[in-house]
Amino acid sequence: MFFLKLIIRNSFRHKLRALLTVTGVAIAILAFGLLHTLVNLWYLGVEASSATRLVTRSSISLVFSLPISYQERIRHIDGVSGVGSMNWFGGVYISEKNFFPNFAVEPRSFLQLYPEFLINDAEKQAFLLDRQGAAAGKKLAAKHGWKIGDRITLKGTIFPGEWNFVLRAIYTGAEQSTDETQLFFHWAYLNETLRKTIPRRADQVGLYVVSVTRPDMASEVAQAIDATFRNSLAETLTETEKAFQLSFVAMTEAIMIAIQIVSYLVIVIIMVVAANTMAMTARERIGEYATMKSMGFKGGHIAATVFGESLFIAMIGGVTGVILTFPAAHSIQAELSQFFPVFRVSQTTIALQLSASALVGMVAGIFPTWRGATIRIAEGMRRAG
Amino acid sequence: MIGSSVNNLVEVRNVSKSYHRGSQLVPVLEQISFDIAQGEFLALMGPSGSGKSTLLNLVAGIDYVDSGKITVGGVEITTLGESELADWRAANVGFIFQFYNLIPVLTAFENVELPLLLTGLSGRERQEHVKTALSLVNLSDRMDHYPGQLSGGQQQRVAIARAVVVDPAILVADEPTGDLDRVSAEEILSLMQRLVADFGKTIIMVTHDPRAAERANLIRQLEKGLLVTDSKPPLQASCS
Repeated sequence: MFFLKLIIRNSFRHKLRALLTVTGVAIAILAFGLLHTLVNLWYLGVEASSATRLVTRSSISLVFSLPISYQERIRHIDGVSGVGSMNWFGGVYISEKNFFPNFAVEPRSFLQLYPEFLINDAEKQAFLLDRQGAAAGKKLAAKHGWKIGDRITLKGTIFPGEWNFVLRAIYTGAEQSTDETQLFFHWAYLNETLRKTIPRRADQVGLYVVSVTRPDMASEVAQAIDATFRNSLAETLTETEKAFQLSFVAMTEAIMIAIQIVSYLVIVIIMVVAANTMAMTARERIGEYATMKSMGFKGGHIAATVFGESLFIAMIGGVTGVILTFPAAHSIQAELSQFFPVFRVSQTTIALQLSASALVGMVAGIFPTWRGATIRIAEGMRRAG
Repeated sequence: MIGSSVNNLVEVRNVSKSYHRGSQLVPVLEQISFDIAQGEFLALMGPSGSGKSTLLNLVAGIDYVDSGKITVGGVEITTLGESELADWRAANVGFIFQFYNLIPVLTAFENVELPLLLTGLSGRERQEHVKTALSLVNLSDRMDHYPGQLSGGQQQRVAIARAVVVDPAILVADEPTGDLDRVSAEEILSLMQRLVADFGKTIIMVTHDPRAAERANLIRQLEKGLLVTDSKPPLQASCS
């Protein structure tokens, strides 16, 4: 108890220095937490992917579409329990800065394949019955102030022209990781228009989403689908939804690795700064350590005092950093929801932040602890004088 | 407390000590031998660099001899390892420093309590010991003050209370009045004399100040690492 009191009082002996060190650690831990959350977020799509869903796309590239006629042939393959189609629409709402993902889907099969998108029955019916109907995520609707019945106009980038929709449903996510910033509308509406304007692009879909009866059949079903369309004009590549999502993540993996490295560098930098502060502190107190040793205190006692102080300061900074992470994450999500639909700080991130704080305290304390514990009394006394 | 039936509390025999200065070996003490009796107040005097502080450190067990033997209360401390020496110091030696060496973040009470943490006494027992020590130095009313809130003389009195609180047989003082004004220095020296006269403590004091040395029972002069003279202070010499 006495030593704890000594550690706490020593920690705040130089208030400005302690405040600056705690602030430095807090900011570093905050930055580490936010960067780690960002990296986690990047892999969120992979985590949210279902083990019972497959994605079938053109074997050449995702840019190439597949004929709509494949849908029924896929449906009849053993182990397939459902098939839906999706087209990346890429429409712009008012201006490019309002980016959000928007897809043309076959609504009935889509809602069966994605039970994580929750819509109440009345809105679901309204969406299914209206060819110009659209369903938007709760966050997206809130951001643009959309209400049910509102008219939404998207400017086509892949499919030219102005496309008008009526908001018929607002979905919420069943999981915290479900993206609530997307918009879905009827593929039939897109196709009808294309038949009139660009007939060669009609009756095509970007990809098929296939559900399998059992997760262990995924590989077998994927092979069967691809075998069905081998040597056709549009050969397919079928993979699990997770693998499909990973292929997107892989494109930006280098950036993610760079962000991860930066997050660790932040910790290393604050470690060095804290170590310097602690070394300075220990140097100033050499005389006190020598005095304590002259009374019979041993190296272990001195080490515990110095190490405890280093750990105490780092943990105060760490806990402050963790506490600040939540409002910071909330602000990021509020301001940049189009890029970060879910900016949630995970428990793993908090645990890593606290571990990093402890590591900073421990590493920063190594040299001064060793110095304090091994100082020769006579030498320490000379310095005190 | 040192338990010994011998007359001499401290026996220093043929002690030599040197320091390395770069590649050079600088002798500080050469073949020093002397005894200190139980209850003696010894002043070590000599010019700077004569080796008096080194000799004090060796007797107090905070530095190691190159050769020779030091026995305190029947314990040959020159054979003890670092950890044993720390335990020995905790029980047998009280230190008084020129600059008091109090821990600034601890109150007077807590500074005095510090050495008692190594004794295994309960909190209540420690409290009683601290209060007794602080009343001995007449600072009972300042026990909650931090060193920064005390004058130099008061700080040194706290340091003396800290030195005596474990009831050591030997007190070592390195220039205890060197940082004090005349009045405070007199108070401290009187207190030290009282510790010898009333409580039978043995004190070894290093000092440059002849007036401080006069308060001792015996003065030993060191010059260039050699013990040159033993003398009684003038007042005591005339009495004897």
